[in-house]
Amino acid sequence: MFEPNPPVDLSSGKYLKLWQGPQHPGITGNMSLELTTCGDEVVDCKTHVGYLHRGFEKLMERRTFIQNFPIVCRIAVPEPTFNEYLYAAVVEELAGIQSPERAEWIRTLNLELMRLASYLMWLGGIGAAFGQSTVYQWTVTHRDYILDLFEEMTGARVYHMYIVPGGVRGRLPEGFEGRCHEVLNRVEKLLRDVEKVLFNNVVFKARTKGLGHIPREMVDPYGITGPNQRAAGFARDLRKDAPYLVYDQLEFDLITATESDTYARAWVRYQEMHQGIRMLRQCLDRMPKDGPFQARMPNVLHWQVPAGETYAKAECTRGEYGYYLVTDGSEYVRRVHVRGPSYTHAIALMEKLAVGTNIADIAGLMVSLHTYPPEIER
Amino acid sequence: MDTQKYALGPLLNEGLSAEDRDLFSDARPVPYEPYPVAVVEKFVNWVRANSLWLLAFGTGCGAVELNPLMTARFDAYRMGVQMRPTPRQSSVFIIGGYASVKTLKRIIRSYEQMQGPKFVVCLGICPINGGMYWDSYNTVNKFDEYLPVDLYITGCMPRPEVLMAGVLELKKKIMEGRADGANRYVENFDWYKANQKRVIKDWNMPDYNW
Amino acid sequence: MANPIELLQRFGKNFAISEIHEQKADLTFFKVPKEQAVRLLRELRDDAGYTHLAFLTNIDWIEKGIFTLTYMLHNYDARHSLGMHVDLERDNAEMQSIHGLWAQAATYQRELREMYGIRFPGSPRLDEDFCLEGWDQIPPMRKEFDTAAFSLERFYSREGRGTEDPREHMKGLLYPTHTDEPSSGGQ
Repeated sequence: MFEPNPPVDLSSGKYLKLWQGPQHPGITGNMSLELTTCGDEVVDCKTHVGYLHRGFEKLMERRTFIQNFPIVCRIAVPEPTFNEYLYAAVVEELAGIQSPERAEWIRTLNLELMRLASYLMWLGGIGAAFGQSTVYQWTVTHRDYILDLFEEMTGARVYHMYIVPGGVRGRLPEGFEGRCHEVLNRVEKLLRDVEKVLFNNVVFKARTKGLGHIPREMVDPYGITGPNQRAAGFARDLRKDAPYLVYDQLEFDLITATESDTYARAWVRYQEMHQGIRMLRQCLDRMPKDGPFQARMPNVLHWQVPAGETYAKAECTRGEYGYYLVTDGSEYVRRVHVRGPSYTHAIALMEKLAVGTNIADIAGLMVSLHTYPPEIER
Repeated sequence: MDTQKYALGPLLNEGLSAEDRDLFSDARPVPYEPYPVAVVEKFVNWVRANSLWLLAFGTGCGAVELNPLMTARFDAYRMGVQMRPTPRQSSVFIIGGYASVKTLKRIIRSYEQMQGPKFVVCLGICPINGGMYWDSYNTVNKFDEYLPVDLYITGCMPRPEVLMAGVLELKKKIMEGRADGANRYVENFDWYKANQKRVIKDWNMPDYNW
Repeated sequence: MANPIELLQRFGKNFAISEIHEQKADLTFFKVPKEQAVRLLRELRDDAGYTHLAFLTNIDWIEKGIFTLTYMLHNYDARHSLGMHVDLERDNAEMQSIHGLWAQAATYQRELREMYGIRFPGSPRLDEDFCLEGWDQIPPMRKEFDTAAFSLERFYSREGRGTEDPREHMKGLLYPTHTDEPSSGGQ
């Protein structure tokens, strides 16, 4: 239910218009907030996006199905694999291709590693937003060890282009499991340190508890998903509710909280990192060690996918990530819609939550919602 | 080199309303004159090359590799590089990949607010020829038509090691006095402005943001 | 919780639901006429538990002259999604706004207004720029807009160029003796 913020009379001289971003170190990526402030208090907020708009949905309509595969990962920069997986999932579903079991395990491993890397970066972000830059240095460095694993697995640090329709692009390298376990141990040790430094820090607690409270009844009307929703007490997770890949064979707990403020959201994500490590270990141990990793594919140069439409979704770090694909039987995509969770969090929700907070807390609030602008405007 | 001179009268600031026009300067930027004594200029260039302050403006996807670059793993601080939050304090503008038209406007504004000496480094292939988005309606394809570029670091995405190599290369260029992008901008000011205004359709800022 | 097909048949008594298509176990598509769409959305949300609007988007069927809006709803308890199609005339497309049902719909409608030119009267900040700024062409996501031709026309000109051209520069570096005139020696 849309309720506009109360109007303010700018000519009264009581208010000041303040732009935070796009050139601002506290903003999460290239977007901007137009704040109306009264003293230190924010009375109105408008989100402006579009600084990273590349027109992906248009570009995908004029590329063939296989040509789309290298560009989809560029939609969400710090977390590209979810795009690759979902694009592969919708195309496979409409084309009637079943990827082999080993590929499903490798995909799960890839997605969970990505989730861990993305959460590490986020943990550094929330630390830096509340003055704990040490955490930022630690976590970004540890994220880099995961990127090294990705490099070994896929050949690229950031844009992997690894999950192709029909399977994955290669098998795991020799000795990968051992090195992966080593990195996981290192990250686990780091997380224990972060818990001491960040979550027991009195400044962090004082500033984040109660900040940006999302009431339970606001969750559905605002389309809030992912950890933001779980921090408000909803036990909803697509990995449990609609298991994709091999998530139904993995053991993990659903983390929820009830306070629904910035601290609770940080805590939920922190716990999910531990669950992610648990899942990764299971993946590494139980993964089939041989077998095909790619399904038999038609000639991709003349690949025509039958007409149809479908929607596939996955639980990414920020919530429900979805691809809606419409085909008309030709070699080209008719329509692709990318549903990024930041779309609702950064605009409708942020504009509501920002009201009544301090200017100094805006950056932290923004980070606590975990938004990535490139998936909003695509 | 285009021989258009910069002394062509004041800027018109046509994008601004009449009362706003009084608030902004209409003077044209002037090019940098090197010191008459070559040794002094060389020394000054050495000084410039060793304190490069980057503007913290993530204009595209390349910004994601700046985090590892500036943290403990790669630690570019040891090369005299650090991030600054405001254009007024920065000397290096890193264009992190593609520039959409909406961002280009902010890039121009930030670039012009930077004080000399200033350098532009482009990351990735997108600013060179459009890269993956060559047919996109919203990203510019040849970035150096809109702002002068001193150094390109290619790749998608460039690794932090490449960024460090790029920083060293930029230092070398500065020390040799070849990083003259800001001067090219001033000398071909009208050409750059015409190009910028050709793609930015709602030009509502002064012609030069002092 | 009723089976989705039964549910749609139950609603079919009051609404002209057609083209029911079960894509997979947890996803069903159907179509309703434009006039009944928002009323049906409200009933699905309030009575049938489809409380989550995943997205709202549009498909351009230029050869049929229609736009097809897709509303994707999700029921968390039944773990089922419904995709609702609504056909609009392609010229002067207009649709009732649903920002009163879901807050984030206002943003989707703003995007559709900008990318396809569909009007949603009453939707907040509808006519503000969303992704584009100073756009002077037809809405870019419409099929008749050719993005490659536009990009070539707007972003590739070289008149008056006097600075270092990367291509020429690289040519000079890689082939220092290269000239465009045919060499007289004919090697």
